[in-house]
Amino acid sequence: MSAITSTAPAEARQAKRRKSGSKFPNGFWGLIGIVTFLGIWELVPALGIVEAAYLPPASEVLMTLFADLALTAFWVAVGETMLAWFIGLAAAVLLALVLGLVIGMSSFLRRATNSTIEFLRPIPSVALIPLAVLLFGTKIESSLMLIIYACFWQVLIQVLYGVADVDNVAMQTARSYGFSQIQRIRDVIFPTMLPYLMTGIRLGAAVALILAITAELIIGAPGLGKEIQLAQSGGAIAGMYALIVATGLLGVAINLCMRIIEKRVLSWHASVRGENAA
Amino acid sequence: MLSSQNGTAGGRTLPEGEALLSVRGLKKVYHTDGGDIEAVRDLTFDLGHGELVCLVGPSGSGKTTLLKCIAGLLGATSGEVLLDGQKVTGPPKKMAVVFQEYGRSLFPWLRVADNVELPLKNAGVPKAERKKLVDDALEAVGLSHVPKSYPWQLSGGMQQRVAIARAVAYQPEVLLMDEPFAAVDAQTRADLEDLIRNVWKKLGVTVLFVTHDIDESIYLGQRVIILSSSPTVVQEDILIDLPAERDQLETRSLPRFTELRHHVYAEIQKAKQGHRPEEAKTKFLTNPK
Amino acid sequence: MKLLKSISFILALPVLLILWWVAATLGGASFFVPTPADLGKTFIETWVGERMFTDVLPSVQRLVLGVLGAIVLGVLLGLLVGMNRTARAITEPVFEFFRALPPPVLIPVLMLLVGINDGMKIAVIISGAIWPVLLNTIEGVRAIDPVQNETSRSYGISGLARIRYQVLPSATPTIMAGIRQCLSIGLILMVISEMFASSSGLGFAIVQFQRSFAVPEMWSGIVVLGLIGVIMSFIFQWIERRVLRWYNGLKEVENAV
Repeated sequence: MSAITSTAPAEARQAKRRKSGSKFPNGFWGLIGIVTFLGIWELVPALGIVEAAYLPPASEVLMTLFADLALTAFWVAVGETMLAWFIGLAAAVLLALVLGLVIGMSSFLRRATNSTIEFLRPIPSVALIPLAVLLFGTKIESSLMLIIYACFWQVLIQVLYGVADVDNVAMQTARSYGFSQIQRIRDVIFPTMLPYLMTGIRLGAAVALILAITAELIIGAPGLGKEIQLAQSGGAIAGMYALIVATGLLGVAINLCMRIIEKRVLSWHASVRGENAA
Repeated sequence: MLSSQNGTAGGRTLPEGEALLSVRGLKKVYHTDGGDIEAVRDLTFDLGHGELVCLVGPSGSGKTTLLKCIAGLLGATSGEVLLDGQKVTGPPKKMAVVFQEYGRSLFPWLRVADNVELPLKNAGVPKAERKKLVDDALEAVGLSHVPKSYPWQLSGGMQQRVAIARAVAYQPEVLLMDEPFAAVDAQTRADLEDLIRNVWKKLGVTVLFVTHDIDESIYLGQRVIILSSSPTVVQEDILIDLPAERDQLETRSLPRFTELRHHVYAEIQKAKQGHRPEEAKTKFLTNPK
Repeated sequence: MKLLKSISFILALPVLLILWWVAATLGGASFFVPTPADLGKTFIETWVGERMFTDVLPSVQRLVLGVLGAIVLGVLLGLLVGMNRTARAITEPVFEFFRALPPPVLIPVLMLLVGINDGMKIAVIISGAIWPVLLNTIEGVRAIDPVQNETSRSYGISGLARIRYQVLPSATPTIMAGIRQCLSIGLILMVISEMFASSSGLGFAIVQFQRSFAVPEMWSGIVVLGLIGVIMSFIFQWIERRVLRWYNGLKEVENAV
């Protein structure tokens, strides 16, 4: 395939330059998009399309959000959500990494566990909510149980893909040079698997936030989700919308951080894999 | 550096009304953040009905840019392309392009016959006629045995045959080929070159064939237009006075073939070193017929 | 022989796990974990019969409607936005925000805006599950090979025909990846929208069992949800294999080189 693309770079470079040469940078258009969105949100209740009691105007919600930012209680809730998110994600990654390596490196284990994994993986984590309530009530453990269950599969599958992707020739080379099992894991398997692992962690991070908020919202575990539920049942509608915007921003922040971390960790890996492999 | 301002550097032109495809003072500048890049400076030449002309030039000489301007895929900065006297502003119906990247130009989700059929289907050709055109085109490129395969199941050379069949079935008046054989192996390449000669003779279509391979351009063409290095002008436009019956072994071992090869090679070397034609020249190396 | 071997590979671990479960509950069921026999009996008693029609099927119906709605809307909107560079640039930050927003928070919002009814639950599923489809469609359309676009242009393939024969097929691999996420989010939202605000449906039933400490019934409900997830996943994989046969073949050829 390389011969086909060999004459492409000059053309691609020109195309790229032409693209970035458009009148306004993308950031400008993005800003227009955000302002338009907020404008519509502001107008919908103002024009009475939806009652302001159900959908307060954007300005009111953003004011409430800014007011929240000064409150300790808000940051405590954010901290609780993030704590469950972090512990759950870390535990799931560790568990999935160890099990994934053990299973992935043995073709016998891969075949023997395949049916069980394919059966357990699609089970929705929220099915475990009643069990979590029964076992842990409204404590943080409830959140953790759901988060770990959901993230575990995301990461495990990626680790298994990654180990399966290890180059046979590289493995045979390592063996013929007398690498020990540990050395083979460290120097051949782990580097190959790393991009897959990072994809798994990135996907897992988003899923972990979803389940942290779900557990708080439904079960009442401490955190932002519980605050949303309280605001809603207490009729503090603008406050509820402000908290929802806050969770969205938290989600955006997590996505951004995960992408930066992924880029940093894989910088030496450059073009190993296209984004679409995820 | 000497520029072409003191004369329109150009290839052979024909009296008005005789040319099928005319390129007049074509210029293409890419506007970029880092300043303007002049890919094509000033190109003028004509293609008569039924001609097979090869465009050859050093790498980076704007061959692909030129071809895309002619195909109506890119707008020219100035100058114009005329097809049958009509100015080309978008891809014209009477033109078909065979791209270098056959793997990306054929749709991998369509089977071979469907790939060939799609442009016809879209042009509203009735079903029975479509089937005949597709069958004939696949027959012509020697692929009538694989209509139900997917392109990616075929070898590179066979994929490019599918792309040629698609172009042929479209029944164009002008067939534009952008380094179509750059990515196939030498043996396949020879076969495909003969295939092009055959298709051209059989259908009487006008062919503009872009290549960076000097031998290929001489072997295939009735005429070879040599491009300068970027910003591109026509370096020379020569007539290939080889017998019309070409044969991979015999034609290539003719003394005349070697002479032409030497000449084109020398011109390209000059072009690479930045030599630019000082004036319009349409040289006929031997007595024109 | 070979068939026997692969069957034993498929069944060995599940059988072992069930045996382990039987052994562990042999001395009598604990409060939290029923014996397999108990669970089986409860499962049939609870779900085969009236509940099938009052709770399971309505839930599944809402799920199917919501997911189909999300896919259709997501792909249509994605095509519209994805094919225009300015539209992409304008919508990107807003769409990224909604993608990052944990979908369950939409439940209280839609309860307010729509009220508590079937429409609200379907709206919750659509508004939460649409984002992966929408964003993947946009990405799939954006990443289309320029040579394919030029081919379409030079052969006069334009308008709806171009979308049908070039743009959509070319974006399918990315769109299918989005649909996979859409399905799991849809299932989550179906369950918790019923847990949060409902008087019927699977999610509601399971929470009721848990609140009344009917533990075997609760487990049987978890099994039902698991089965729905597994069945959906199998259907999806079956469709994906067919839709993406060309893509998988292409990848295989490319990787072999």
